[in-house]
Amino acid sequence: MLSILADTMFFPPERSTVAGSVDGLFDFIYYLSLFFFVLIIGFMVYFVLKYYQRPGHTEMPSPSHNETLEITWSVIPSILVGVIFFFGFTGYLNVREAPENAYEIQVVASKWNWVFKYPNGAESSDLHIPVDRDVKFLLQSQDVLHSFYIPAFRIKMDCVPGRYTSTWARATQTTGSGLDESAHEPLRLFCAEYCGQQHSVMHRKVFVHETAEFDQWAEKAANILENNPPEVAGEILFKRKGCAQCHSVTGDNSAKYPGPPLNEQWGKERQVLPRGSSSPITVTMDENYVRQSIRQPNSEIVVGRKPGMTVFTPQLLKDEEITAIIAYLKSIK
Amino acid sequence: MSTITPETHIDSGHNDDPSSNYLTSSSGFMSWAFTLDHKRIGVMYLVGIFASFFLGGVLALLLRLHLMVPNGLFGDWISLDNYNQLFTLHGAVMTFLFIIPSVPAALGNFVLPLMVGAKDVAFPRMNLASFHLWVFGAIFFLIALVTTGLDTGWTFYTPYSIETQTNVIAATIGAFILGFSSIFTGLNFIVTVNTMRPPGMTWFKMPLFMWAIYATAIIQILATPVLGITLLLLMGERILGIGIFDPSMGGDPVLFQHFFWFYSHPAVYIMILPAMGIISELMSVYSRKPIFGYTFIAYSSIAIALLGFLVWGHHMFVSGQSPMAAVIFSGLTFSVSIPSAIKVFNWTATMYKGNINLATPMCYALSFIFLFTIGGLTGLFLGALATDVHLHDTYFVVAHFHYVMMGGTVIAFVGGLYHWWPKMFGVMYNEFFGRLFCAVVFFGFNLTFLPQFVMGSRGMPRRYATYVEEYQIYHVLSTIGALMLGVGMVGAVVVLVVSLFKGRKAPANPWGAATLEWTCTSPPPYYNFEHAPHVDSPYDYSGLKYDAQIGGYVKDPNAPKPAADHH
Ligand code: HEM
Ligand SMILES: [Cu+2]
Repeated sequence: MLSILADTMFFPPERSTVAGSVDGLFDFIYYLSLFFFVLIIGFMVYFVLKYYQRPGHTEMPSPSHNETLEITWSVIPSILVGVIFFFGFTGYLNVREAPENAYEIQVVASKWNWVFKYPNGAESSDLHIPVDRDVKFLLQSQDVLHSFYIPAFRIKMDCVPGRYTSTWARATQTTGSGLDESAHEPLRLFCAEYCGQQHSVMHRKVFVHETAEFDQWAEKAANILENNPPEVAGEILFKRKGCAQCHSVTGDNSAKYPGPPLNEQWGKERQVLPRGSSSPITVTMDENYVRQSIRQPNSEIVVGRKPGMTVFTPQLLKDEEITAIIAYLKSIK
Repeated sequence: MSTITPETHIDSGHNDDPSSNYLTSSSGFMSWAFTLDHKRIGVMYLVGIFASFFLGGVLALLLRLHLMVPNGLFGDWISLDNYNQLFTLHGAVMTFLFIIPSVPAALGNFVLPLMVGAKDVAFPRMNLASFHLWVFGAIFFLIALVTTGLDTGWTFYTPYSIETQTNVIAATIGAFILGFSSIFTGLNFIVTVNTMRPPGMTWFKMPLFMWAIYATAIIQILATPVLGITLLLLMGERILGIGIFDPSMGGDPVLFQHFFWFYSHPAVYIMILPAMGIISELMSVYSRKPIFGYTFIAYSSIAIALLGFLVWGHHMFVSGQSPMAAVIFSGLTFSVSIPSAIKVFNWTATMYKGNINLATPMCYALSFIFLFTIGGLTGLFLGALATDVHLHDTYFVVAHFHYVMMGGTVIAFVGGLYHWWPKMFGVMYNEFFGRLFCAVVFFGFNLTFLPQFVMGSRGMPRRYATYVEEYQIYHVLSTIGALMLGVGMVGAVVVLVVSLFKGRKAPANPWGAATLEWTCTSPPPYYNFEHAPHVDSPYDYSGLKYDAQIGGYVKDPNAPKPAADHH
């Protein structure tokens, strides 16, 4: 396609098997539009220059309609939009229906977090996928609408609470090599359906690995608790489960973080309001307090804060995981 | 009977001084607030709409300034929450308070009865009620604004709108009331056009602005009730938890989207059809040519209005609706694009062999063609399923709808306002400054929204308070453009306001237009016409001669009777 200009101006890199055809259609519509635009505006400017009001110039008789002309300019655009429609819809069916035997990743969106779950039990907060393999994304949402969007793959699909939706992609290039993330140039994944306060920070990285390397990564990711010391595992979980979204670990107490900061808090006392009560009580930040704040976050709210934290049920966060997070919280200064 | 006798006017205490007009016939707050005169109601709408546009515009500039840097220019002063409220209120104010009533309720109210040579609309009391409802609706919006704001986006999508702590109830009550206001206006125009046309004005001798307003009115009365029901259900959901949209109670959030777009897609045509009507008038008058393809333009307005009801699903291509539904909606969407495209061809062809007067309204009309063509053509990318998947909910969409709504409707509205201004207030504005600010608006507009097509297709999602650095350059360009656009719009309004004090007195027909509103004095007398006007072809300019002494056009009694025929 004649896409030298368009490539550089309009598109993120093409990194999936469908991206090429989407961009091809885009280019087709683009050049067609450009042609008609130049035609219409060209005529407009020409008429203005030729017939503008000036001394001695008057309007000249001309037909106030012309059947041939009107039929031509209705029929030609109709055919053209028919063509656009056709390529649009074949391309679309392509991204809607995942090929058989695709590798399936479950995507769970929530305010304001993504969790990617792999068939071997691994979970991650950035997306990792193998190159040259069909990957199906089974999407769900735990609260409001979100939308799963990877521009480089040209795919997008809403995550609708109460139902499953899906989309798929086959990546054509790795983003780097090795398990060290800094050796990669990851792609972007955005939330594209407005979902409240932190909608705009609900974006993540997409890593595309060589197949063998991906398997290695998935193996390691499946065993966080076993493969890491508790504080390290806790830190991974703290980020992955979305705690870091609302709680700062640098002491930042600004409105950017709806929850209170959690560093240097271990063993300290704080004022909380038990649910339904208006007089604060004092509690100490210890194992039981942390566990309760995770399982029933709205039962006691720190004075000056608003309730709003997600309830982490045992399906979302296992007891052993809470233990690791506690180890991490103890360790952060 | 729908004839209006002076006695039915509450403010019948007008004076009979022949030099008085509708502005001076009576005075005092009450004579305006409870007037039944369509012209005064139009003027009050105009004031209300400008206040809304100003509010929406200030919010837009705040948004744009905030987006100059990836983490927000104002630091903590505009937090994530504040940003979300800003874009919501900007969108909601612009849509519900400004653009839906702008052309029909302000210009339509003023112009339509004059165009049919009538003394008023069919139901003047209902017309007044429509304005009062608009004021009430606006008050509820302001309540939402000053209490906890509103952060759902103007689309109120569930389930977020059920959960959020902000004042959804006040805003939905506001929108609900505004819906009635819109229905009243539409009903009134339909009856006025059906029953009050003067003898001789057959359907195909109606000015195209009337056709456009008529088509709009059909949508207003058929679609708006659906919005009302949807908003009631949303309130029921929030207050009573009825569980129709809430997935945690077995409801379906996508159902809300169907309801919402069933109104809001046709609402887009409520916004654009009247604007197209204005452009049809302007292109013809300022080219001094009968509009090219009159019949097609007339029918296409109705076709757009009806087809517009069938395409709502194109807002939901990635919502999880069935692929079959998506394909059908995509096909129907393209079917609406054809009548709009042909209108553009017709307007352009109207200039052929004309005598083009580049007065300010014509400059706006030419801007409209430029901008609306971009808006329309970029719609092709969104109607095509495969490209929409990538572009949906990105800045590409933001740019597209601003090209249609602001580049299209607002530009046409301002052009129409300049065109009818001498009629409305009896003064001429300064042409030099009028054109100058039109140019500033044009360049500012393009600088604001062209970069957004690029950043959207590069993947920048919309409704983002912060963004990743690679998009900054486009945001910076866009913000500079917005500041320029702001200066242009303020300038355009100042030119009009200054003319009220300094403007030369306007003749009855400064532009040489052939529609009936130009046959009464400027501003029109209280009863619009001293004698029942004589109906001619609305686009036949041959009998009009420029009279330098009065600075306007007059009927030339010696002109040969033209073969006024559109067919
Ligand atoms: C000075 C001119 C304007 C500027 C600079 C401007 C700017 C913006 C910006 C920055 C957004 C937020 C985009 C996003 O994050 O999704 C927005 C949204 C919007 N604007 Fe404008 N705008 C302008 C005029 C208008 C006009 C005249 C209208 C309609 C008549 C309008 C209607 C909307 C709507 C409906 C939204 C969507 C709000 C939502 O997402 O809920 N804007 N505009
Ligand atoms: Cu989200």
